[in-house]
Amino acid sequence: MKYGTKLIHNGHGVDPTTGALGTPIYQVSTFRQEAIDHFGRYDYARSGNPTREAVEEAVALLENGARGFAFASGMAAISSVLLLFSPGDHLVVGEDVYGGTYRVLTTLFSRLGIESTFVDATDHNALAAAIRPETRGLYLETPSNPLMKITDLRAAADMARERGLLTIVDNTFMTSYLQRPLDLGCDIVVYSGTKFLNGHSDVICGFAVAKDEEVAKRIKFVQNAFGAVLGPQDSWLVLRGLKTLKVRMEESQRSAQAIASWLQGQQCVTSVYYPGLVTHPGHEVHAAQAAGPGAVLSFALESYELTKRLLEGSKLSAFAVSLGGVESIISYPAKMSHAAIPREEREKLGISDTLVRLSVGLEDVDDLLAELDRLINS
Amino acid sequence: MSNIATLTAQIGLEWDTRTGAVTVPIYQTATFRHPGLGQSTGYDYSRSGNPTRQVLEDAIARLEGGARGFAYASGMAAITNLLYLFSPGDHLIVTEDLYGGTYRLFEKVFGQYGLSFSYVDTTDIAAVQDAIRPETRALFVESLTNPLLKVADIASLSALCRQNGMLCIVDNTFLTPYLMRPFELGADITVYSASKYLAGHNDTVAGLVAVKDPELAERVYFHQNSVGAVLGPQDSWLTIRGMKTLAVRLERQEANAHVIARWLKDHPGVAKVHYPGLAEHPGHAVLARQARGFGAMVAFEVADPSLVERLLVKTSLISFAESLGGVETLITFPEVQTHADIEPEIRRRLGINNVLLRLSVGIEDAADLIADLDQAFNE
Repeated sequence: MKYGTKLIHNGHGVDPTTGALGTPIYQVSTFRQEAIDHFGRYDYARSGNPTREAVEEAVALLENGARGFAFASGMAAISSVLLLFSPGDHLVVGEDVYGGTYRVLTTLFSRLGIESTFVDATDHNALAAAIRPETRGLYLETPSNPLMKITDLRAAADMARERGLLTIVDNTFMTSYLQRPLDLGCDIVVYSGTKFLNGHSDVICGFAVAKDEEVAKRIKFVQNAFGAVLGPQDSWLVLRGLKTLKVRMEESQRSAQAIASWLQGQQCVTSVYYPGLVTHPGHEVHAAQAAGPGAVLSFALESYELTKRLLEGSKLSAFAVSLGGVESIISYPAKMSHAAIPREEREKLGISDTLVRLSVGLEDVDDLLAELDRLINS
Repeated sequence: MSNIATLTAQIGLEWDTRTGAVTVPIYQTATFRHPGLGQSTGYDYSRSGNPTRQVLEDAIARLEGGARGFAYASGMAAITNLLYLFSPGDHLIVTEDLYGGTYRLFEKVFGQYGLSFSYVDTTDIAAVQDAIRPETRALFVESLTNPLLKVADIASLSALCRQNGMLCIVDNTFLTPYLMRPFELGADITVYSASKYLAGHNDTVAGLVAVKDPELAERVYFHQNSVGAVLGPQDSWLTIRGMKTLAVRLERQEANAHVIARWLKDHPGVAKVHYPGLAEHPGHAVLARQARGFGAMVAFEVADPSLVERLLVKTSLISFAESLGGVETLITFPEVQTHADIEPEIRRRLGINNVLLRLSVGIEDAADLIADLDQAFNE
């Protein structure tokens, strides 16, 4: 079955009891049992809820994974997966990882005895050089946030497998429609499902998908023990959002490509970061491992004044954090997604005070271009 | 301050000044538009703060008389977040017959991160005192224990914690702030599986925390935001909705529990009843002093193991299901359900045995519930 069909026919399209086209919202905490010695499939909704299970199975199916898990937020998914590691374990992490991931690694997990080294993951040799005897995992984002740097996932996963490491990929920007890290040899995919997967800026949620059953069992234990699970209403909204993932992504990506090309021709724009541009240093690697460049791009402007004017003047693109919704969202990484990273680290990475990130939504691209033109060129 | 019944009935009442709606809207949103660079409406991203969740968080803080409240995806997510306050090498003293999920979390997960736990009978102040070590940082106590309904003297335990520089964390799930307000007794943090009495309808999985001290609350918030195990807006709203009837539900549930506990006590098929509302219960006097009531959980031991299956399977109004605190009466078998994660020898020592059943009494008519139990006994 093709991906677009799987989005609609994921095994949970029809309610077996009533024939309803759609999974019911099981707003319930507990399930009545029939027998004392063998419990039914569901007992307590933290451990398993049919609505949550439907979205977990749908996401796993789309990712070609063994099992999927839904969490209360992307950070809850990431934190839960990181709990697979033990004190003394070491992780190698892409250096321009999402600020919230950086924060949880450097404040909480470091205190629990799990150390992280942050490296430029686009440099395969640097990635390899950071591995120590106690390294247990690679944690990667590609394209990275916000500079859209590209890591060769197959090369990283091959190396990790040889050395017995788990490879974890945050695939939030791409979704399984554009890139399937498990097919490239990675072990676990994590998501802020809040973004493109759900796609409507109306749910906070996270997912983890494991390639094999053994890792899946360990994630299941953590999910149940820690209980950072996604509620039924939010699970149902994600099931609904997933149905339009492909059409949303295609349209947004087409607009993003047009906007990136246009920005490249503007004098006040000093750089454009978008893997769909042939001038992007990761263009070829990305094209080989993903079906498209996605719908997020970043660009730097010539001055702070112009940056402020753009952010504050944008009407069609909401000035807000987050991304991946039907609405275009313009954000300011230095003060938003990456505010948790210390200033000197941030500037070293290229996340300057004139950098803007644009998540392209479903508005007509002519309207988006006209607004950008008015704000930066007049 | 108003009475709890007044506070709960009016949660969110004055929130929506734009429309005058008497309930808080469900803000099903991930993100919030900023008015300008460096400006915020107070809401940026729903993991960090969502208006619907905020009303719930403010409500639990007010009900407890604390600085701040926090809402989580489950009771276990709430407890997990509190454990992030501690560092490797820290030691905690914990009620010995606590909820199996909490025990599993402490032993199988946080144990490996260098936290250590001593499980003691928290009804025995001297035993708690003896367990204190130089590295002890907190006491985690269930105000009414699960499933044996032992009563901890929260006032004395809080005083002991204060003398020893320890945090006193109270899991007040079985009593709720309607029946007991641990901060007034000196505790520092309360934690709830709000799935139980607070939401009260067996329809929501949720956790709540209230923190008395503003500075400690900031630390809890840091972890809530960075780990992100937050409660969604729909479930936040349902919890608020449930809390509006907390007082009337609990009054009825407790009245039913008294009637059922007395009926069980006189039943030939019952060997022992554990209900703190009975005058002979060892914790009766302490709870009478520290709480407004005795709650609606009743544990009892049947005279013969064969009766267990009969009561679980042959009851029809009473559902055989995990969880508790809802409007529907539930019956559980702790040994194989809620406390299955505790090692068998510990279970035996605690009295969680193969004849122990736990009833969460709902708001049905007490006579109907008794008739249901009676027909199951006589089946």
